[in-house]
Amino acid sequence: MKCKKCGGVAVINMRHHRLALCADHYLDWFVTYTQRTIEKFRMFGSGDRLLVAVSGGKDSLALWDVLLRLGYQADGLYIKLGIEHQGYSDRSLDYVQRFLETSEAANPPRAPRPTQHVLHVVDIKGTYGESIPELARRTGRGRGKPCSVCGLVKRHVMNRVAQEGGYAALATGHNLDDEAAVLLQNTLRWQTGYLARQAPVLEATQPGLSRKVKPFCRLYERETAAYALVRGIDYIYDECPHASGATTIFHKELLNRLEGRSPGAKHSFYLDFLRAKKKGQLLLPAEEVELHPCEKCGQPTTAPGLCAFCRLWQ
Amino acid sequence: MVKVILRNREWELRPGMTVRSAILKLGLDPEAVLAVRDGQLINEATLTRDGDTIKLVAVISGG
Ligand code: SF4
Ligand SMILES: [Zn+2]
Ligand SMILES: [Zn+2]
Repeated sequence: MKCKKCGGVAVINMRHHRLALCADHYLDWFVTYTQRTIEKFRMFGSGDRLLVAVSGGKDSLALWDVLLRLGYQADGLYIKLGIEHQGYSDRSLDYVQRFLETSEAANPPRAPRPTQHVLHVVDIKGTYGESIPELARRTGRGRGKPCSVCGLVKRHVMNRVAQEGGYAALATGHNLDDEAAVLLQNTLRWQTGYLARQAPVLEATQPGLSRKVKPFCRLYERETAAYALVRGIDYIYDECPHASGATTIFHKELLNRLEGRSPGAKHSFYLDFLRAKKKGQLLLPAEEVELHPCEKCGQPTTAPGLCAFCRLWQ
Repeated sequence: MVKVILRNREWELRPGMTVRSAILKLGLDPEAVLAVRDGQLINEATLTRDGDTIKLVAVISGG
């Protein structure tokens, strides 16, 4: 199989794009496609300061790499969850730090001066007193799994750091498979409220709330993995030990079986949903929740008094 | 023979089939893995050769 651009040996064939590319042309294509996605959904502009949530996994490190290559001022945020099983948290932070020290995007050879980006590390236990697993155990939230507490804490911390640092947007590495899996889950239960909110850009509708963007939302998971591999980005390959058996994984497998039978199935499932929503063809409930600042931390919340995050630490 | 590795699993297959057929033969999903040979990503139509070691990289993550 040959590269469509140069006739060299293709490293990847993207059946839904009818596009096979060699290593160099794949890297170019991937970066350009991300930039086109940023423009298509008006995510941010060239002068904006960005905060990228990095976990040490393929998607977030690839995203940071691409944003730096595109010339954006992009700082990283790593949240240390304190998952000690097989040294997961320590190992994932190592990957992020190694990326910073060795990657070409983070250390461009011809940069006139040391590059400007920084990595913020928030250690949950060091900052708030308990790690995610400890917090989950004490509060008994999430039926034995720390994931619901983890999600809540990550959202709070990302928002806080983005606000304090005055960043124009918080970028996450969610890819099309992540988004399609969420869409499938929400559709199976007709969660109209969630469907109304699912988007590549979440506007900062309230003071104290950061704008959230997903520049990889049109890229398949195998494409972000291929980018990391070809680009030589070393990422944490093992899953968080608590991810096993997650519904998301099952939904992704289902979607991949559809994709195998009709290439482009995932692509249309997600992107046609966005298109229909934009055209007003889906009648979804308007968001009318009333938010007010939490009495303790000031972040917007629906609950009277303290927000869900602050209540965790009561 | 061709050695195929995915995490801590290992298989041996006859050479001469495409990477895609090899993945399917092992009961895996070609959408969910990438194939690497000699440190290079290889496309799904690549023919496997006798003596190859092919490392499959799982691409799905979740949680
Ligand atoms: S799998 Fe659960 S505990 Fe692990 S990082 Fe994801 S949300 Fe957190
Ligand atoms: Zn080429
Ligand atoms: Zn609060």
